[in-house]
Amino acid sequence: MATPRALGHAGAVSVTTEPTSPDDLARALDGTGYLADEGLASAAFLALRMGRPLFCEGEPGTGKTALAQALSESLGLPLVRLQCHEGIDASQALYDWDFPRQLLHLRALEASASASHTELDVDAVESSLYDRRFLLARPVLQALQDAPCVLLVDEVDRADDEFEAFLLEVLAENSVTIPEIGVVKAETPPLVVLTSNRTREVHDALKRRCLYLWLEHPDLARETAILRRRLPDLPEALAEQVAQAVHGLRGLDLLKPPGVAESIDWAQALQLVGARHLDLASATATLGAVLKYREDADRARDKLDALLAS
Amino acid sequence: MTAGDTGGSSDTPAPRPHAGAVLAAGVVDDLRGPADPPGADEVLEDFVAFTRLVRGAGVPVTTDRVAAYLQALRLSDLTSEVATYWAGRLTLCADPDDVVRYDHAFAAWFSSDPRDQRMGRPSQPKPRVSTMAALTEPPPGTGDGDEEETPELRVAASGEEVLRDRDIAELSIGEREHLKQLLALLRPAPPKRRARRRRPARRGEPDPRRTLRAALANGGEIGDLRRRARRERPRRVVLLIDVSGSMSPYADTLLRFAHVVTRRTPTAVETFTLGTRLTRVTRELRQRDPERALADAGRAIPDWSGGTRLGEVLRAFLDRWGQRGVARRAVVVVFSDGWERGGAELLGEQSARLRRLAHKVVWVNPHAGKSGYAPVQGGIAAALPHVDRLLAGHSLTTLAELLEVLRDA
Repeated sequence: MATPRALGHAGAVSVTTEPTSPDDLARALDGTGYLADEGLASAAFLALRMGRPLFCEGEPGTGKTALAQALSESLGLPLVRLQCHEGIDASQALYDWDFPRQLLHLRALEASASASHTELDVDAVESSLYDRRFLLARPVLQALQDAPCVLLVDEVDRADDEFEAFLLEVLAENSVTIPEIGVVKAETPPLVVLTSNRTREVHDALKRRCLYLWLEHPDLARETAILRRRLPDLPEALAEQVAQAVHGLRGLDLLKPPGVAESIDWAQALQLVGARHLDLASATATLGAVLKYREDADRARDKLDALLAS
Repeated sequence: MTAGDTGGSSDTPAPRPHAGAVLAAGVVDDLRGPADPPGADEVLEDFVAFTRLVRGAGVPVTTDRVAAYLQALRLSDLTSEVATYWAGRLTLCADPDDVVRYDHAFAAWFSSDPRDQRMGRPSQPKPRVSTMAALTEPPPGTGDGDEEETPELRVAASGEEVLRDRDIAELSIGEREHLKQLLALLRPAPPKRRARRRRPARRGEPDPRRTLRAALANGGEIGDLRRRARRERPRRVVLLIDVSGSMSPYADTLLRFAHVVTRRTPTAVETFTLGTRLTRVTRELRQRDPERALADAGRAIPDWSGGTRLGEVLRAFLDRWGQRGVARRAVVVVFSDGWERGGAELLGEQSARLRRLAHKVVWVNPHAGKSGYAPVQGGIAAALPHVDRLLAGHSLTTLAELLEVLRDA
């Protein structure tokens, strides 16, 4: 076999309500309020059926993290989340021993032995220290134990290179070895979703194990539909206006173009101040929900008139 | 269109058998299911041939990616062009740049354009046609004091002209060969930053955790006090190399220099070229062999010796890379003569933005080594207030000096 490791993934994730096609999965995602286009649905469907991790990259606010949440909800699987940060290591991602509890346990044993004047069996004490109840399962181990489930590895680009290598190993084997206990292997591999904001390039070896999905801001019609779905009380005219204005803002060459999350926030803010239409006054009052930099807000304020007129 | 007739629509060259084809045939064997109708392998082999076209388009397609592609195809509806498109895009691409190349290959292989039927295409600046003519005109705002007009450059204080001190632009071909070897001998020391996490160390603050653990080994008696200190890690270095017409005598050497720096700490160095557009050449420069790295980087740069839109391209860098993290806390080195065809206002604004993001900004101007140089040209004058150091970079000695500045940054 040319590439045994790559093909070794073939065990598919088994789910209670297994989708039979990308459309089927898109409908299921739709049910949870996540509108998926064809590419997204195919990606999630193939990830599920091929048992491969799904690597999502794209601008902040394009729904990478929300995808994992929607998948877990629509498939009826628990979501386990691992938030990456600089300096994250195996003891934060995998497992750690609960040292204070081990110590307490030891002291309790000693105390009871001295009270009853009995000898302690050293081997038994030692093995009782490395019991499962003293094991703190961190997200990756938890995902392997709870599988089938959805494991979200969020912002993997923030972690160090060494952590990637470690992640690669776990994803390839779907198992973790704990020296004191043995191998923990997931019978059905978890559905893994990795997200990255491209603050640095993730190593190619990790990407090779994954399906690669590049996410972009949705188009006007889809964004309107997302707003309507997320905020059912939102008047349709307002949803359209907000989507239109956010699209205009993205074209303005801003430091941080607003994502879908921001447009939902904005629509919600407008709703809360009781705006029926997006006009200059209501837009200026709620601009802080959509633009987070002073320079951006200044630039947008000058052009709001033109944006709202279009 | 059905999958069966895809092989017929070829104005593309017929696939030639090579080592990859043999491997791919093995992959096809592995993936063939017992229930497949006869003729299924030919269909699969057509798709394998398509992956070779994708590789030819510049996407690094490996055999395991091909295997994943075929596996994805088996799960997809092959009569749907959209499904076929996504099966390949998801398994063969690894980068938004790859997606553009994949789109081209897909459009060439499967006749009708799938781009109408989907969304989610990365926004890529279209390669613009380089214009050399504009460079011959002096930009507005440069008058009599314009030093670039004089044809030859003189190095300050060069009584004896050793190769190390000679202006790179004036070297003969033989001397350039020698310079390559000298460049390879440079030993750059990366700048350091303090890492967030602490490591056991001989001196530093007390480490309660390790002290306690050591005490546990002694039955609860605290012996030595263990200590810890913050680790040092290489600080990211970002090299922005101007490859426009006015910088062309230096561009090759500067890329070589970038390769030398990249080889020292491959994961901590990012290199981009600036011209009429922004090109990331980090991936190419990470190769060990300098000649291959340079050749690949040269192929990747579409705008050699073109015009400059320094302000615009700097903004593209900051939007797409810098702001997201590449420039943050990094030492950014801009190699440019600061010639700006457009107004210098944008360049000034973007330089200020860069200064706010970066740890240090160093501007290297080959002309700064010339006696009587004054940074009065529109572009450099606008950028200078936002630059920590202005250095010359016209000779090997000055590049070695730059390395020292980098080390201490």
